[in-house]
Amino acid sequence: MAEECCSPSEILIFTCSGSSNVGQVANQAAVDLQQEGIGKMLCLAGIGGHVSGMIASAQSAKRLVGIDGCSVACTKKTMEHVGLSLTDYVLITALGYEKGPYSGTMDKKAVDKIKDEMKKQIVKPIKIEVK
Amino acid sequence: MKIEILGTGCAKCKKLFENAQEAVKNLGTSADVVKVEDIQLIMNAGVMMTPAFAVDGKVKSVGKVLSVDEIKKIIS
Ligand code: SF4
Repeated sequence: MAEECCSPSEILIFTCSGSSNVGQVANQAAVDLQQEGIGKMLCLAGIGGHVSGMIASAQSAKRLVGIDGCSVACTKKTMEHVGLSLTDYVLITALGYEKGPYSGTMDKKAVDKIKDEMKKQIVKPIKIEVK
Repeated sequence: MKIEILGTGCAKCKKLFENAQEAVKNLGTSADVVKVEDIQLIMNAGVMMTPAFAVDGKVKSVGKVLSVDEIKKIIS
């Protein structure tokens, strides 16, 4: 964090990082997207915990990317709770994956699929609201 | 009131610091304006990009050089 002076993090990635299989896939997809230089991960727990620096960082980002494991939609709701909307969103169970306990073995195919879905969305232009 | 400018010391951080001092002077309020240049402290504040502007420990703005008027609105 904060390693780049004066260059805004255009794309911030949030994930539910849930304990279930889909939650863990969501987290791994976000980690991989960050590794590939698509954006920077920021802690959803920090947003939920009202850490002012994290909320202000999210407010200044151009795109807020969210990945949720299931339709409980913890990422989306946590962001909305502080008045932020995601610009790009992937819900893993909506893509046909079933939620269950995490076995400890990562479903790499699922991770790749989620990454591809997210990359497709991120290349699309977003509407910039003029305040 | 304590105003903190979080940044490792680039030109934008310096400008924000100056604007904050100017805003405090214009308003005639008593506030300490301090620089926070320690990267560890900046990271602990959850700040993803600098400069950041904080009032009494609460980060109000990140990645922007706020103008004197914008700062006045925040602190008054
Ligand atoms: S969105 Fe679903 S998988 Fe993710 S943390 Fe919430 S309940 Fe768990």
